[in-house]
Amino acid sequence: MVWERIAHPDHVFFIALTRTVYVAVIAQFMGVVLGLIAALMRMSKLYPMRLLSGIYVWIFRGTPLLVQIFFIYYGSNQLLGFTLIPNALHLGFFSLDGAILAGILALGINEGAYMREIVRAGIDSIDKGQMEAAKSLGMRYGMAMRRIVLPQAARVIVPPLGNEFNNMLKNTSLLFTIGVYEMFADAEIGYSNSFLPAEYFLGVAFWYLVLTTVWTFIQAAIERNLAASERGEEIPFFERLQAAWNPVTAWRTR
Amino acid sequence: MTDVVMRAEDVHKRFGRLEVLKGVSLDVQQRETVCIIGPSGSGKTTFIRCINHLEKIDGGRITVNGHLIGYRQKEGKLVEDSEKSVARQRTQIGMVFQRFNLFPHKTALENVTEAPVHVLGHSKEQAAEEGVRLLTRVGLGDKCDTYPGKLSGGQQQRVAIARSLAMRPALILFDEPTSALDPEVTGEVLTVMEELAHEGMTMIVVTHEMGFAREAADRVVMMDEGVIIEEGTPEHFFEAPEQERTKQFLSKIL
Repeated sequence: MVWERIAHPDHVFFIALTRTVYVAVIAQFMGVVLGLIAALMRMSKLYPMRLLSGIYVWIFRGTPLLVQIFFIYYGSNQLLGFTLIPNALHLGFFSLDGAILAGILALGINEGAYMREIVRAGIDSIDKGQMEAAKSLGMRYGMAMRRIVLPQAARVIVPPLGNEFNNMLKNTSLLFTIGVYEMFADAEIGYSNSFLPAEYFLGVAFWYLVLTTVWTFIQAAIERNLAASERGEEIPFFERLQAAWNPVTAWRTR
Repeated sequence: MTDVVMRAEDVHKRFGRLEVLKGVSLDVQQRETVCIIGPSGSGKTTFIRCINHLEKIDGGRITVNGHLIGYRQKEGKLVEDSEKSVARQRTQIGMVFQRFNLFPHKTALENVTEAPVHVLGHSKEQAAEEGVRLLTRVGLGDKCDTYPGKLSGGQQQRVAIARSLAMRPALILFDEPTSALDPEVTGEVLTVMEELAHEGMTMIVVTHEMGFAREAADRVVMMDEGVIIEEGTPEHFFEAPEQERTKQFLSKIL
């Protein structure tokens, strides 16, 4: 029964769900960092920096994500001549399977190429006068960027970043192809053992929907928090989250 | 009144093929207030932006307190100075912009204390104490915790003046400080500037406010087409300007 898959997911399924979430979070974080670096390189005075940033985006937006995932997992060690992707990575108490590591890298690097444009648009949207005012107060470029421009750009970057994360949650399902046991892999294996496709795939679709819906509410809360602080109001994040969660107030104040 | 704070010698500036400054020379003494007037496109704003190296100059030299701005001598030639030392020189030179350029994500007080704390390394307590004193001085002692978005244009510009005073600069540059303001609030900004002038702050003011020039300026400089065409006391300009171009210009704005 579909209902069975939705209402009573087993323990293994929850491990897979957790994996989907942390892979998406880490890969998205990596994408933001790479996107920021690439955006700053794109605005550099030095031509090689701009070129490098251009090539990065050109390649990773111009080829399929699935190809990138396969290349990084199966091909990168051969190309580089050293082991970028080990069989397993041990970090103290925590160890990460090589396929998960490769998957996070592939999703993160791919995401960075998309985030570059988002970060750049955010920085571009800030009035040039902000940088000039910071410089005229004796700030150097890095400090002016960090303390004055980026905090303001963040408000512009957050809404599209939220949409990117929504995509990221779903794109993690591609990692099933390199053997990462995430949510979709759990469904796929369940299906091939039972030959009950409707049940398993509808069930996993439901849980993706749960994740993206929860994220939508969190995103709405973050956005309204930013909008409120822009108006100079200080509203605790938790209250914002509650307001977003409550269907009545969320509808009214959106 | 013998110490030269700012000396510009034969300054040239080009934007592409357009020569905006065609050899501007000007000395500004300590405690002196100099108003620069002239039609738009005459190069007055470009000139003061060269003084704190927001624009690079293509010829001539500018010194502030005897230090060459933006360049250093190397084997008899001028080479552009490092970002670090340009930034250090700018701490000596305040700037007030036409469009205020306050940091919208920081309160009035945080705008004022930002650079003293993060550029000069003052303690937060010391900077806040000084900041409150400066905001009180410009008549905004009760607006310390207000964000710029909630302040009127005149109030924002007074915060901007306090922000540049907090660096204890040797010189403050004003780039048409009242041009973006409603006529009814220009008075409150001009009053603050007049007080500063009377207290002996060294100021270079690009302005069309002839009332301010009459009240506070020690010297008025008329620029046209990238050169200084006439300079003298405010009385000279009101009673007997020599150049035909100056007479024409004054008859339009008075």
